[in-house]
Amino acid sequence: MKYLCLVYLSKDAWNACPDDHCHEFASALAASGRMIAAEPLHPVDTATTVRVRNGQVTMTDGPFAETKEMLAGFYLVDARDLNEAVQIAAQIPPAKNGSIEVRPVRTLDVPALRGA
Amino acid sequence: MAMDGPAAGAAIDALYRRESRRVFAILVRVLGDFERAEEGLHEAFRAALEQWPASGMPANPVAWLVSAGRFKVIDALRRERRFTAWDDAAEAALAVADTSPGPGEAVLLEDDRLRLIFTCCHPSLAEEARVALTLREVCGLATEEIARAFLVPAPTLAQRIVRAKAKIRAARIPYEVPERDALPARLPAVLRTIYLVFNEGYSATAGDDLMRRDLSEEAIRLARLVRDLLPEPEVAGLLALMLLQESRRAARSDARGDLVTLEDQDRALWDRARIAEGCTLTRLALATGPAGPYAIQAAIAAVHAEAASVAATDWPQIVGLYDVLLHLEPSPVVELNRAVAVAMRDGAAAGLALVDALAARGELERYHLLHAARADLCRRLGRTAEAALAYRRALELAQQAPERRLLRDRLEALG
Repeated sequence: MKYLCLVYLSKDAWNACPDDHCHEFASALAASGRMIAAEPLHPVDTATTVRVRNGQVTMTDGPFAETKEMLAGFYLVDARDLNEAVQIAAQIPPAKNGSIEVRPVRTLDVPALRGA
Repeated sequence: MAMDGPAAGAAIDALYRRESRRVFAILVRVLGDFERAEEGLHEAFRAALEQWPASGMPANPVAWLVSAGRFKVIDALRRERRFTAWDDAAEAALAVADTSPGPGEAVLLEDDRLRLIFTCCHPSLAEEARVALTLREVCGLATEEIARAFLVPAPTLAQRIVRAKAKIRAARIPYEVPERDALPARLPAVLRTIYLVFNEGYSATAGDDLMRRDLSEEAIRLARLVRDLLPEPEVAGLLALMLLQESRRAARSDARGDLVTLEDQDRALWDRARIAEGCTLTRLALATGPAGPYAIQAAIAAVHAEAASVAATDWPQIVGLYDVLLHLEPSPVVELNRAVAVAMRDGAAAGLALVDALAARGELERYHLLHAARADLCRRLGRTAEAALAYRRALELAQQAPERRLLRDRLEALG
């Protein structure tokens, strides 16, 4: 089962975790076969929010909502259950500086993707 | 052996009360889903009502019910598969169904009750959801009963349970007892949930009294169940703590339903059997491991339980135990309780100095018992005006009617 581990950091903790730590952890996780993808993100001041309303594309500077902690990166992992996903999330280095939101990935409810 | 209708009905009814949660717990594992297990449970008992009057009760009724419930649900799943959306849980249920041994073999593990408790008390669920889910799924209380006990509207409580079950399913919270090395991280949530259930039945006296007493009994039963399967010192400590507190129930309120403080309780009304069991378990908890917070709280309750009166209580030991508890779990509420014990050991002035220092920090400003404790100490020191002020502040903050009556009586007694 897939889980998306979203890494959230506040502005002051943004650079608290050195890149080589993240690289080391991600490499080990990938070697264990449980990592599907993982990427770090640029800060939210580089973000553009896009909406389509009445066929018109509009763009705005910045993220949709201002929050204290901002999305800093993600790990898409394959875990047996929530306990294993939490175990992985707890090892993500920035868990010490910010927080990790663990979200189960769902399957689209369309005939092509149904089991039988 | 065939039974006549009414006799079979009564026997099945008794079996339902005794074993339905066990059957349910096993079905959750076998079918991999709460809703389907609930369905299976009802189908199984319906089948029993249809068949047992003619065929007689089987030798192993629990195994029969699990087997019947499983068969009915899987049969329904196979039919459903052709018509509607398919999901992981259904797939898992069929996978397990096709490979697992038949009931009567490894299926009938009492462990399933423990699995159910650990799932309902998973730390990823909100505390109030854990409590509701445990009472519903492990204890088998009706949603309306739980809602009444917690004074929340039934739809709110039902919503809470539905949301928690949806999370268990979508996030795949596993149906398992954690491995030994994960236990320290998982057991506290279970114990805390049990203690919340107990306290809801013990502390608050608003609402339906009988219902509340049942909650305390359920909590004690749950703790016994966990302890049977998982004899950890903190489980014994929690069970001891609850037994010792429950032992005072008859003395805690008078005929009018008003609260009687420890000082004024008729100790002859204390339940000696529960005290004896509580004290034995406390010693066991303290002897078998590093003492945890529940064992220490049980020890404090045991010192009270073994004292003939407030004056004859070993207050130095109680203060010492609060020191240990504060070290394990720093909390302003524990500091307040310690200050009251210090007042009993060293005099009201010493206690008041500690309470004032605590009040100055502001954390307990909205906690009525801080002001009530301060009022009691001022009263004992003859500082009547200050006492009256503090009782009034406590009255502004207290929610429970019996507590408010006690505070009002004290305020009036000041003259």
